[in-house]
Amino acid sequence: MTNLLIQNATLPSGEVADIAIVGEKIVAVGKALAADSAGADATVIDATGLVALPGLVDLHTHLREPGFEQSETIYTGSQSAAAGGFTAVHAMANTSPVQDTAGVVEQVQRLGQEAGYVDVVPVGAVTVGLEGMQLAELGAMANSRARVRVFSDDGKCVHDPVLMRRALEYVKTFGGVIAQHAQEPRLTEGAQMNEGKVSADLGLTGWPAVAEESIIARDVLLAEHVGSRVHICHLSTAGSVDIIRWAKARGINVTAEVTPHHLLLTDELVRSYDAVYKVNPPLRTQEDVLALRAALADGTIDIIATDHAPHPAESKDCEWQAAAFGMLGLEIAASVAQDVLIDSGASDWNRVAAVLSGNPAKIGLLEEQGQPLVAGSIANLTLIDPKAKRVIEHSHSKSDNNPYRGLTLPGAVVHTIYRGYQTVTNGQLAEKGRPNA
Amino acid sequence: MTLKHLLSAGDLDRDTAIAILDIAEEMAGVNSRDIKKLPTLRGKTVVNLFFEDSTRTRISFELAEKRLSADVINFAAKGSSVSKGESLKDTAQTLEAMGTDAVVIRHSASGAAQVLAHSGWINGAIINAGDGTHEHPTQALLDAFTMRRRLHGAASHGKGLDGVKVVIVGDILHSRVARSNLLLLNTLGAEVHMVAPPTLFPVNTSNWNASFHYDFDTALTSVKPDAVMMLRVQGERMNASYFPTEREYSRMWGLNGDRLGLLGESTLIMHPGPMNRGLEISSVAADHKNSTVLEQVANGVSIRMAVLYHLLSGERNHQDD
Repeated sequence: MTNLLIQNATLPSGEVADIAIVGEKIVAVGKALAADSAGADATVIDATGLVALPGLVDLHTHLREPGFEQSETIYTGSQSAAAGGFTAVHAMANTSPVQDTAGVVEQVQRLGQEAGYVDVVPVGAVTVGLEGMQLAELGAMANSRARVRVFSDDGKCVHDPVLMRRALEYVKTFGGVIAQHAQEPRLTEGAQMNEGKVSADLGLTGWPAVAEESIIARDVLLAEHVGSRVHICHLSTAGSVDIIRWAKARGINVTAEVTPHHLLLTDELVRSYDAVYKVNPPLRTQEDVLALRAALADGTIDIIATDHAPHPAESKDCEWQAAAFGMLGLEIAASVAQDVLIDSGASDWNRVAAVLSGNPAKIGLLEEQGQPLVAGSIANLTLIDPKAKRVIEHSHSKSDNNPYRGLTLPGAVVHTIYRGYQTVTNGQLAEKGRPNA
Repeated sequence: MTLKHLLSAGDLDRDTAIAILDIAEEMAGVNSRDIKKLPTLRGKTVVNLFFEDSTRTRISFELAEKRLSADVINFAAKGSSVSKGESLKDTAQTLEAMGTDAVVIRHSASGAAQVLAHSGWINGAIINAGDGTHEHPTQALLDAFTMRRRLHGAASHGKGLDGVKVVIVGDILHSRVARSNLLLLNTLGAEVHMVAPPTLFPVNTSNWNASFHYDFDTALTSVKPDAVMMLRVQGERMNASYFPTEREYSRMWGLNGDRLGLLGESTLIMHPGPMNRGLEISSVAADHKNSTVLEQVANGVSIRMAVLYHLLSGERNHQDD
């Protein structure tokens, strides 16, 4: 690993500065640093016109390994993450076997370390086999080498209120958090898309907003009752935003995420019956999109999380009803954040840094991620060209279920630096991951 | 305009819809002759691809195809990729490899016909013979044809259904017949009313150009319809709390003997079949002189001949020239 001297980067505050990196740490940040600030043989990166953000952190990624390696592996998913500017991803628990034991989460973490493109942080299942019947050994996962702090049955809702209550209480032992996939199962039996005027036209079974909102309402009240924190995955409706806003005003310890696709795409796209737009929770209406964008800017929603969900071609190349739910997201998240927060004029780069790095790291209790760009921090950072326009084509994921293909999005990740190692240089992914110490 | 596929009743503009109805009049003439056969589609291969059982629709298409002298293949694909049977893609590619000019598809998944038409798996014309709870455009055409014939008789040619008041009653939420009828009746200038218990309407009907009623009797007395179209109640609705009991459904939304008295002298009684006699329609209504149930069946063949003619014969003439 060579040391790095980044020159003329624009920090989230707007200030222009140089950043010197030695080993895996930032050693100096300031205007016009001396040429040898990172040692005489440091690689110099000209970051003129580029915005430097703390390395991006995804709280919600499906890496599919073990069990579904035809969709994605920890290696390919890590590469896609690095290409998207991420330095850490939380790997969701719906693998096979499920990440519900210390053994499986340690294996996932180890494979991530071997890949060397991002920190792969396993999420533990809340219940055994994601079955919603009995708690998994949350403590064993928390105390394992993987140090699991985020628990989720994502893909399924912890719908039993007693089980949810117990889980919320139990993870206080180690400061953990339950990330709830809010979906009332009876109200969404056979659901295929947002229930509204488009589903009426298309004759597809509706996924009503109330199925999400009723679970969120219940869970913020449960969290208040037992004094726990709760995290809500992928908010998709305007009503959910209202409930979170109310809960926060009441002092409830709740955090919420929104996906890039729910910030950009609507259920009108389903009229094509192209299953690339099939996702859970489903794409909603333009009114919902506008509410989610406003909530991300005003702080009601804490983070953007990708819900990157790769699927092989055969799972999408079929009639809508037979297709799998899910879409890619790692390589467009930063662009969507820029669109929603910067290009709209709604907020600033500090907010982008918060929603894509600082806040998700805090929710996941990752001490070495999401740190501010100051001397002493771990050298996780992303350099973005905000003036770039790119037509979305290629992705580094093993899968191709990419609803953004052909769209022009603002901004491009030019460099990603993961623990002092350049995983992306001038937009090119490194051939190898960071060597293991 | 000449269509390549018929996927939705919404594909038809007014002129095209009326042109197809007019061709169907000619076909009805053929169907009343001793020798019910035209050479129009000689040498063309049409596949009836049925992923879902529907003997009535299948034989109606089959008869239409044979009367136009097409080579007909019936392909009953058991299961779909939903049930891990043969996938739509593999089936379509197989048919394409064998060389087919048109595929009539019935499928339990909404949008299956559209996916097939736009997939690039197959090049022939696609005719939607019912996709899930989405659409059934040839049913809407045959219903319009039936109404037009009854209302205008020999003077039907070139006419739409302007000002005709149609009340559609029953499981609107899950009905492909209702969706296709709504679109085509709108196109032809008819006034559409829908009657159902609130559980069987879509939650949001703001995109639909129709009036919505919960009370059947009020709808009949206030609208004074020219036609009442009863929809079949599917067995799987009965145990899913859409309504308390079949008895109560029949009492409130069935076309029973009492309700017949609220109809006008010549109000048409329509049903796409197969009927649940005694549930959504009583025998006295089904067998009434104003009932068009059997005409709808007969007209179905004429309409399907007209659709096949519209989609396939233009191309043939072009090649022959």
